[in-house]
Amino acid sequence: MAIDTETVRKIAFLSRLRVDDDKVQATEDEFNKILGWVDQLQEVDTQNVAPLVSVNENYLQMREDKVTDGNMPEEILANAPMKEYGYFAVPKVVE
Amino acid sequence: MTDLTKLTIAKAREGLKKKEFSAPELVEAYAAKMAENRKLNAYVCETTEQALEQAKTSQEKINRGEGGDLEGIPLGIKDLFCTKGIPTTACSNILKGFVPPYESTVTTHLLAAGANFLGKLNLDEFAMGGSNETSAFGPVVNPWSKDVPLVPGGSSGGSAAAVAANMCAAATGTDTGGSIRQPSAFCGVTGIKPTYGRCSRWGIIAFASSLDQAGPIAKDVRDCAIMLKTMAGYDAKDSTSARKEVPDFEKVLGLDVKGMRIGIPKEYRVDGLDKEVAAYWDKAAQMLKEHGAEVVEVSLPHTKYALATYYIIAPAEASSNLARYDGLRYGNRVDGVHLDDMYINSRSAGFGKEVKRRIMIGTYVLSAGYYDAYYLKAQKVRRLIRDDFIKAFEKCDLILTPTAPTAAFPIGDKSMQENPITMWLNDIFTVSVSLAGLPAMSLPIGLNQQGLPLGMQLVGRAFDEESIFKAAYCLEKDVNFVGVK
Repeated sequence: MAIDTETVRKIAFLSRLRVDDDKVQATEDEFNKILGWVDQLQEVDTQNVAPLVSVNENYLQMREDKVTDGNMPEEILANAPMKEYGYFAVPKVVE
Repeated sequence: MTDLTKLTIAKAREGLKKKEFSAPELVEAYAAKMAENRKLNAYVCETTEQALEQAKTSQEKINRGEGGDLEGIPLGIKDLFCTKGIPTTACSNILKGFVPPYESTVTTHLLAAGANFLGKLNLDEFAMGGSNETSAFGPVVNPWSKDVPLVPGGSSGGSAAAVAANMCAAATGTDTGGSIRQPSAFCGVTGIKPTYGRCSRWGIIAFASSLDQAGPIAKDVRDCAIMLKTMAGYDAKDSTSARKEVPDFEKVLGLDVKGMRIGIPKEYRVDGLDKEVAAYWDKAAQMLKEHGAEVVEVSLPHTKYALATYYIIAPAEASSNLARYDGLRYGNRVDGVHLDDMYINSRSAGFGKEVKRRIMIGTYVLSAGYYDAYYLKAQKVRRLIRDDFIKAFEKCDLILTPTAPTAAFPIGDKSMQENPITMWLNDIFTVSVSLAGLPAMSLPIGLNQQGLPLGMQLVGRAFDEESIFKAAYCLEKDVNFVGVK
């Protein structure tokens, strides 16, 4: 499955990454090389094979639904690049 | 007086107990070695003053006849483990300046056992890489380098280099596709990736959560056993952490391997396998045979699909895990005119090339219309790869393979830089084990003609690290590997 320039731009936006105009072609070529390589998986017969989501699927455990930590707004905000009134601050989102 | 930094954990522990030297003296010896080897770029943050303070407390405990399993032992910590109050960056610009307000579970265990932390060790950015060259702090130099600077392997390159150059008694590493084992092989040290679920992932910066696993890199097999026992254990904070008793791995060292069946997977004899690597592989099998083990051929038919499977699953999980770096709650922010703009600016400035590549691949294989063809397909092949191992382990108790197809290569190697797939091929012997979630150790087997170390990998059944330790200890004694001068 080959991808085109438009897809590169779309994926870049979904990834919230910038691909400069002069890099789009190189990115597209590289993507196609990698996708061409992983396409070898299509030759594997996986009919009736269930996807393996986790190797330790049998160990997942339920726990009691109760709060085990919290009340640490200062620690949580300590690394924020910008904070105001005990909240994370972002650029204005309403015009 | 002997060079204290050359002592194994076991020997240092003994010396501390017998008062041959003190814990602060041990830290000072390592601090001097770190200063001497700063050009290797193994540490990205040194905390020797803090280690000295910890060492004084350790010494008091030792004087009182108290103390944990690692009391007074100086360790290096891969900069992927969150350490309270100490900068933790994953060697990415996006996390520069991040100071965790909490301590990872694994490092909490190590501290509780009395270890002293010398600093944070370099790695490939977000553990994505096999050469430590993607680090925002620059590459680590392999201490075995001669004329040309060589890579230490990756992603735990700083950890392996620091252990090899005696800049710490042992180090923590993490392994997603080979990141403990391959650098251990390249640097002539011993490292084990335990079974998935053995060590808690809580507080370790996530790369690919269904694969990430912590483990030690150390000077020898016994030290790995000592380290792993402390690092492992169930943790309610990690839902994938296994509720399993942690054995005393040291107890099996020296036990007989007689009758143990060692599997040699025929599919691992890949075309173009380095002749010296192949010869050492045969030699290692022969050594175990002489100890009474039985060598059998096994088949892992889906081996050739492991790399492609891995390079779908790992980037998919990474793209999801790394979505949290948005310039909002922590890390580096680059302003923008609106919110999306701020995200894009921050992430584009903060992430390096390889990380961006993997985020985009991951985003693509998870995106509408391609999910089934790539991600779901890869998960199905992953099951086939795992089932191969289950079948192979009906015929054998351990699997023996080389760790990497070659020895360490030069920093800036052209073919690796130009084609990411060439770099990824380094993981050929390690990724399928990761996909299957199995434990595996790399230990040095000897030097090639250029005088560079090569490693052998021992793979065990899930939660059977003990068989690995048993056989590895046996091999280690025969190999009698001498570290870097």
